[in-house]
Parts: sequence; structure tokens; C-alpha cells
Amino acid sequence: MPNILLRDQDVPNIGTYEVYVQHGGYEGLRKALSMSPKEVIAVVKDSNLRGRGGAGFSTGMKWSFVPDVDGPKYVVVNADESEPGTFKDRQILEKNTQQLIEGALICAYAIQASTIYVYVRGEFWDIGFQLEREIEKARAAGWIGQNIGGSNWSCEMYVHWGAGAYICGEESAMLNSIEGKLGQPRVRPPFPAVSGLYGRPTVINNVETLANVPPIIVNGAAWYKSIGTEKSPGPKIFCMSGHIAKPGNYELPLGKTFRELIELAGGVRGGKKLKAILPSGASGPLLPGTDKVLDTPLTYEDVAALGSTLGSASVIILDEDTDMVWATLKMIKFFRHESCGKCTPCREGTYWLEQRLKAIYERRATRADVELIESVAKQMQGKSLCALGDFATSPVLSALKYWRDEFYAYVEPVKTTVRAPARKAVPVAMAGD
Amino acid sequence: MLKDKYAEQITKIFAKYPDKRSAIMPLLYLAQEHYGYVSPEGINEVAELCEIDPTQVKSIAGFYTMYRETPKGKYWLQVCTDLPCALVGADKFYHDLLDYLGIQDGDTTPDGLFTVEHVMCLAACDRAPMLQCNFRYVENLDMEKMKALIEQWRAEAAAEAQASSD
Ligand SMILES: Cc1cc2nc3c(=O)[nH]c(=O)nc-3n(C[C@H](O)[C@H](O)[C@H](O)COP(=O)(O)O)c2cc1C
Ligand code: SF4
Repeated sequence: MPNILLRDQDVPNIGTYEVYVQHGGYEGLRKALSMSPKEVIAVVKDSNLRGRGGAGFSTGMKWSFVPDVDGPKYVVVNADESEPGTFKDRQILEKNTQQLIEGALICAYAIQASTIYVYVRGEFWDIGFQLEREIEKARAAGWIGQNIGGSNWSCEMYVHWGAGAYICGEESAMLNSIEGKLGQPRVRPPFPAVSGLYGRPTVINNVETLANVPPIIVNGAAWYKSIGTEKSPGPKIFCMSGHIAKPGNYELPLGKTFRELIELAGGVRGGKKLKAILPSGASGPLLPGTDKVLDTPLTYEDVAALGSTLGSASVIILDEDTDMVWATLKMIKFFRHESCGKCTPCREGTYWLEQRLKAIYERRATRADVELIESVAKQMQGKSLCALGDFATSPVLSALKYWRDEFYAYVEPVKTTVRAPARKAVPVAMAGD
Repeated sequence: MLKDKYAEQITKIFAKYPDKRSAIMPLLYLAQEHYGYVSPEGINEVAELCEIDPTQVKSIAGFYTMYRETPKGKYWLQVCTDLPCALVGADKFYHDLLDYLGIQDGDTTPDGLFTVEHVMCLAACDRAPMLQCNFRYVENLDMEKMKALIEQWRAEAAAEAQASSD
């Protein structure tokens, strides 16, 4: 089957305007403009396209929450791609640029937005400029600007560069960042659909989500639903990294198994045995490389049933030689660095998780520290403003669930008399921090 | 002064947003380009252009990792050592690079050419080990390639120094 998202693998230079229009480009927007905005939303809703940025929320539903009010409305394209193991949006931005621009424009038409901002992570410096050049070509062709396609809808499109902060991938932090405020999440409600960028109705969608939209409009919701599974329809890009023979992006219909995906990417590197899988980067719980997991379909609901998440489908493969304490510490270091510091459980929790995990890894700890990190992680859950505070707990809790003995192997067994003061010591130090 | 050197770019930046404050991030990039880092003068000029208090601009600059608060080497090398890269040898690559240049984590070589830091995921996990050199990605690296690049950058810098002294 030809790729729907990674079209650059089938058509050279599809990302440029000239080649894109030769291959059916802008048919989706043309068709959308012949429909009413409500009809466009209905098709996307019916397709059951689910957000590819991580949460898997219905895209059509999200668009339908935008109120029909006068004044500016915004679309923000989430191109911040900073989850460890994720590099799919980058390929779309670089190589299928126009399909993203067209998808964002269809979204903007559907909610009658006046401006689109593409929030590109700052490290994608050159990619942002390339995107700007393609935006200019679309503008020259009349797809951006005043009275688009002869309609009475006008819309602008701009690139905004981030500057290195994972938290700005969180949608409300992203809005603050564009507004020139600290990139920290907002308290919700109000939700962005009602009061988002500059206090106006705003839709935030991931790059890959929007790249799905033009083919949905051209081919219809029924066609889209014929790909993938009933609850998780459509194609998905899987980013394969870590101990895998052929790392890279792979597009598959949702519903294939982990085993099929890993085989497609050449299997575990060096013929080693599989130990663990991170299905969604550092943010989703680790899974053991068992037959049960390998035979699980890659859908939002099936991966959730295993106790993990499909998320953005950034699949990191860990082979039999991987030290799980080391891997957990790596992930915790990431979250400690990226916590924006607004909520105490997340800010202090990630600090102490790193501190005690490091002690375990350096063999300076006791069994009590293993219990302690588990208790800290559990106490952090559900107590923060954004999902990062929960993401940060999942490496610790899932590693302890499946590989607890590896943590114990790093520490000396302790007598109960030692355990009690050690447990107390940390909360005291926390309070004074 | 930024407003003279980048007049046209600044006008374009302000035209993108309904609120002047939104221009802080793009203007900080201009300040960094001009001064080599986000200098106190740069902060003040951005604040004046956006009509807000300099302390607010400073807090924004401090929040993000891509704004340099101190001058860095001519080649600012940021190596990803996050989990996916580390699984395929990025930590060793990072330490070998530091040893080769004879510096410590985060330091700059005495000739002012290279600053080496480790950073979080750069969305290039399938091309590890990799680094970012002054906002450009250099991917699929090993120490042999790295040594050749360092020689190339040293020669480039020497040629520039020569040209400017002529
Ligand atoms: C800490 C954190 C980081 C996130 N980073 C990203 C990101 O880099 N890219 C992205 O598309 N979504 C990211 N998200 C999810 C966004 O908040 C949001 O759900 C998404 O952009 C919505 O788009 P979608 O419905 O098309 O998936 C992140 C969420 C959190 C909590
Ligand atoms: S949970 Fe963490 S990252 Fe999210 S708002 Fe709170 S402190 Fe910031």
C-alpha cells in the first residue's frame, strides 16, 4: 500500500509545492471550501481520526468544541516534537511539508480561524525556514491570505520557533510560549477551544494529525475507517529507535502487532533477545518483551489494556543486556530537567527520584531507597497541573513492576532499624529545599 | 543596535502577532546572533522593542535552553545523550569527544573554538550518535568522523582569522 503520511518514500520531492500539486495536492482544501465548515467537521468526526500527539483524542470532536463567535480564532500546529524517541513529525515537516500546510488550512477553514501558528521546536531551525518558504509558495498560489479560493474566508500562516523546552509541547504551555510568557501550563478550564491563544478560541493539533486531514477530505470518512481498526482507524507512523536493526520511521495501519513492527524494522540489533519495549518514548510505561506483549495489536485501546500507552508511537527497543536501573535513571533525568517547576509534587518529586535513583545506581543506597522511589512516584500521581507530573512516574513504577530484583541487586539488604530513619530523612530535607 | 541592523526583520516579526510581547522569543534569537549570546544590552533592547520590563525578558531567556546566557565557543556542540541515543553509545561518544578536546562537561576549549555540552532528545534518535553544532544537526557520528570534523572546523576558523587579519 502506498504511504499516506510518509509519501516522500514513494514520491521524490513531494514536500515541495510544485510536486505536491502534480500529485493531487490541494484537492482536499478545494473540496473543503465547497463544503460548509460544519460539514468539514462532520467528515473528520465521522472518520474517527484520533490525535497523534499522544492523547488520542477525537480530532473532529475537538474542532466541534470551538464556538461560532466573531473575532479572531487560531489554529496552533504542535511541531515541538521533543518526546525521547519521537522523530516522525520531523519527517513530515521536512519531506511532506505541503500536506501539513494543507491539513492545517483545512482545520483553519473548519473552525473559521484567522491565523495559524506552527510552533516548531527551536532545534528544527532550518526546517522552520524551509517550512516558511513552502508557506510562501502556498500563499503565492492563493491558498493563504485574503479570500482563499474565492471564498470569503481569509487566513494567515506563520512559523514560531520554540527555544528548547519539552514542556512547550504541552498545549497550554505552548500558548503561553507564543504569547511571550513563561512556557508553563495553564489551569483548565477554560479549555483552549473556548479561551486559548490571546484568550481566543484555539485548536491545537499535532503535525501528524493534520497530515491525515487532506486524504480524509478527498477520500471520505468511510475510506479512512477501512484502514486500521474500528476504535483506532487510519495509518500511523512508528518511530523505531534503540536496539533495533533498522531504526527509522515506519508507516503502518493501526492494529498490526508489536512483533510485525519489530520484524519490519529488522528485529533486535545484533540478533539479541528483546528485553523491554517503551511504546511511547519515556512517557509511557515500560513493557516486558513477552509473547503476550509482542502479539498485542498496536492500537490505543490494546496498548492501554497492557497498562501502557500508544502515545505518539515512539517505540524504543531495549535488548537483553540493558540495565533497567540505568535506563530508568536516564528517563528520570529527562523529566527532572524538563519539569517546568510550577507544581510542587512534580518539581520536588522528579528531583528526589533522580537523587535517590542515582544513589541506587551508584550503589550508595539501601533497599529502603527502592521502596522510597516507589512511594514518591505513587504520591506524585494525579497531583500535578499537566501530564508531565504523571509521565515522570511511569519509568519508575513500570521498571519496579517488572524488574524489581535488578534494583535490589544494586543495594544491600538493610535491617529494619536502619530503614525507619532513612525514610524520614528525605521528607524533612524536601520541606526545607 | 538591533533595531538598526535588523530593521526589516523586526518589522516582519511584529507583523506576525497581535501582541508585542509575542516578539520576545524571535527577538532574543536576533540578540543572540548579534551579541554572540543573550547579553544584558540585548535583553534591554528586546525589552524596549516589546515595551516590557527587562526582568521579564530575562526570565524568558532563562527558561529556554537555546538562549545562551554566557558566551560560548565558536562551535557550540550539543550532544544528545538521552535514552534512545545512549542505547547506541552516545554516552561513550560524548566522553570520548570531551577527552579528545581535553575539556570537561560543559566547558569551552582554551582557544575559544569549542564548547561541548550534553542535551536532551533532539528528535534524531534513528541517526545516533548525533549532535547539534550552532543549530545545525550533524548525524550518524562516530569518533573518526568527529575528529575529521574538528580538523575541518579548526581549519575553517584559522582561515577566517587569517582573512580578518589581512
Ligand atoms: C509534557 C507534555 C509534552 C507534550 N509534547 C507534545 C509534543 O511535542 N508534540 C505534540 O504534538 N503533542 C505533545 N503533547 C500533547 C499536547 O498537549 C496536545 O495534546 C497535542 O498537541 C494535541 O494534538 P492532537 O490532538 O493532534 O494529538 C505533550 C503533552 C505533554 C503533557
Ligand atoms: S506537572 Fe510538572 S511540568 Fe506540568 S505544570 Fe506541573 S511542574 Fe510543570
